Amino acid sequence: MSEATLQPATPSAAMIRTLGLVATVCGILLVLTYQNTLEAINANKRVALERAVFKVIPGAHSMKAFHVGKAGLVPEGGAVPEGAVRFYAAYDQAGQLKGLAAEAAGMGYADMVRVLYAYNPAKQAIDGFGVVGHRETPGIGDKIIFDKAFLKNFEALDARLDAAGDALANPIRVVKNGSKQNPWEIDAISGATVTCRAVARGINDSAQKLVPLLAPHLDKLTVPGQ
Amino acid sequence: MAIPGQKQLTSMDEFLEGIWKQNPVFVMVLGLCPALAVTVSAVNALAMGAATTFVLLGSALLVSLMRNVIPKEVRIATYIVIIATFVTIVDYLIAAISLELYEALGAFIQLIVVNCIILGRAEAHASKHAPGRAVINALGMGLGFTIGLFALGSVREIFGAGTLFGVPLFGPDFQPWVVMVLPPGGFFVLGAWLLLFNWWRNRKPAASEPANVVREASHG
Amino acid sequence: MTQPLRLELRTAPHVAKGNSVERIMFHVVLALLPICAFAVWQYGLSALALIITVTATCLLTERLFNRLSGTASTLSDWSATITGLLLALTLPPSFPLWMGVVAGFAAIALGKALFGGIGYNVFNPALVGRAFVQAAFPVAITTWVPAYFPSRFSEFIPTTLTMPLMTPPDIGAWVKGHMVDGFTGATPLARWKFENQVAEFGDMLSGVAAASVGETSALIVLVCGLYLAVRRFLDWRIPVAILGSAVLVALLFHLLEPGRYPPPYFVLLSGGLVLGAVFMATDMATSPVTPLGVWIYGILIGVTTVMIRYFGGLTEGIMYAILLGNALTPLIDQVTQPRVFGAGKGKKA
Repeated sequence: MSEATLQPATPSAAMIRTLGLVATVCGILLVLTYQNTLEAINANKRVALERAVFKVIPGAHSMKAFHVGKAGLVPEGGAVPEGAVRFYAAYDQAGQLKGLAAEAAGMGYADMVRVLYAYNPAKQAIDGFGVVGHRETPGIGDKIIFDKAFLKNFEALDARLDAAGDALANPIRVVKNGSKQNPWEIDAISGATVTCRAVARGINDSAQKLVPLLAPHLDKLTVPGQ
Repeated sequence: MAIPGQKQLTSMDEFLEGIWKQNPVFVMVLGLCPALAVTVSAVNALAMGAATTFVLLGSALLVSLMRNVIPKEVRIATYIVIIATFVTIVDYLIAAISLELYEALGAFIQLIVVNCIILGRAEAHASKHAPGRAVINALGMGLGFTIGLFALGSVREIFGAGTLFGVPLFGPDFQPWVVMVLPPGGFFVLGAWLLLFNWWRNRKPAASEPANVVREASHG
Repeated sequence: MTQPLRLELRTAPHVAKGNSVERIMFHVVLALLPICAFAVWQYGLSALALIITVTATCLLTERLFNRLSGTASTLSDWSATITGLLLALTLPPSFPLWMGVVAGFAAIALGKALFGGIGYNVFNPALVGRAFVQAAFPVAITTWVPAYFPSRFSEFIPTTLTMPLMTPPDIGAWVKGHMVDGFTGATPLARWKFENQVAEFGDMLSGVAAASVGETSALIVLVCGLYLAVRRFLDWRIPVAILGSAVLVALLFHLLEPGRYPPPYFVLLSGGLVLGAVFMATDMATSPVTPLGVWIYGILIGVTTVMIRYFGGLTEGIMYAILLGNALTPLIDQVTQPRVFGAGKGKKA
């Protein structure tokens, strides 16, 4: 401390000059890195998303992202209408619509459980499910990824619209292990109830919004291209 | 920081210092935040070690090059700008190399910026030595840190998942020790390594230099 | 500062008669034996093997650390035996033996030896071991089997002999084949928490319900505890404070919302509350020594247990409640120091 005060103070100009020099050098380095990695990062993100979507919609070959809101359907890249929900349309090799997928999230035991589900407009049902991210207890909560009995819930999970067309006819909900009676119920994994409930709540929240908004625009999605 | 009576260090000494005598994890016990948080698998540990080494090298080089023009009063601000730059670079690089790895390491890549090893090295070593020497020292420190993380990550992966680098070691029926991939497991394994390390060092009192010379005592 | 600060350390118990550590510990072992015997009667060979394995591991670990630290053997003070027996009593009867070895090692190594051995440990070693395996093997430690299944003296529960490091087999089918009437595979606490069913009073007292090895019969535990309390080998105030406060809190909740919260007898008799209150919270090294401190400590544990059971993610709360009480013990002792003689009014014990 005393040593510093004894020494002559550096002029302000020198300090500003040095900091300016450092900031410039660092700025150039950053911009160069950003520009050179941007493409690879975006490609990585696209591949990761595609892989996730293709997993919940088997047979899909290409996909497009859309936003759907009260005002209509907008392909990704355009202006996002207020209150719009994002979803992905997947097409097979011949260009036919294979299915729709959307992301959902619910609060689990430790953190948000993020999942991707496939919605089949023809069957009016959810027929695909995959976990995108979670921090649940290994050995208990992560059973939602591979537990066969649990995954069976998502082979045809009823998601019909009600008569008015503004909500699901039956809210998707979780029931105690082994007591599933209706096609809109999810049989929980015993011991991992909290995680299963998070999945069900997330999918219900998402589908309650997405399916009614999507209904008037389904015909526009069947043809790929603009 | 000169230790009285100490001879001029050779390059090899400089390099080995970080790996053994001043190992960041086992001797200085610095940088514990990433050491405990991301070492759930050997791959994560190595990636984190590599990222930290990169930042150490980059910042040591730049700080050492500019050591004569950086005014005393603003040196910490300058170091932080330099370190933050290299952390951001490594952040982009990892995302470009593998998104999976990027998500596994999470916020801890950005948090390298507050890893006290790096600021500690910049302040205590790079700012006082020529670039060549600073880089050698940084490389040794980085490798030492990586070795420390790998020691944690491999043990935690073996017990927590029954695998090493994703290769199953015990067959399909292995019972994972869930605790090992949870935060308490990190503390248990670190404690066990520190115990082993100290026990080993104390068994060799013949070593000429006092083992517990810790020059920098920053914490973070 | 001319005078160095003097810290005075006192150790419990302050008894007039010549009670040695060995004598007290030996009587605790004696008091634990009937509970172990009852557990073996209920669960057969598997419980016996588990108790022997865990206790042997504790003794071997203690010996190992004696050798490593170059001190004389401390096996003869019986404390490692108590840790082993208690730890085994808190594990499920179907617990694989190799996991029992892990639990025993963790109990002595992490819970006791690293702190310096008997008297220096901050936490109850048995509970440290139990907490370790609870975190490590969450599935195995919540797998339950029916008590009094007929073949219990001729065969092991299939999970008991799991190969070391391997996952125990699924015993769902085995349990079905050995069905005892009314067994659901869940403990009374879990059934209450997830299905809102309250077990029968009589069943809980006699230990038919699914539970850990030594948690099923509160009655035997209470009798053994009473013996120790009468002989003054444990501080009766601790179990009384824990059980009393737990029952009072439970009664309060039950009166407020009888449909949602179970009656107090359920809280008292389910899970490991009685075993923990009598044998684990009373560990001398980890409980307060001042009379007021003892009451605070007990009430804290009792209330925390009920809170964890009612509002926490786990079904049973006694383990973490006691560990929390252990952690707070030095603080409780510090703030409840009696007045220095002559400095205040009245007399203090």
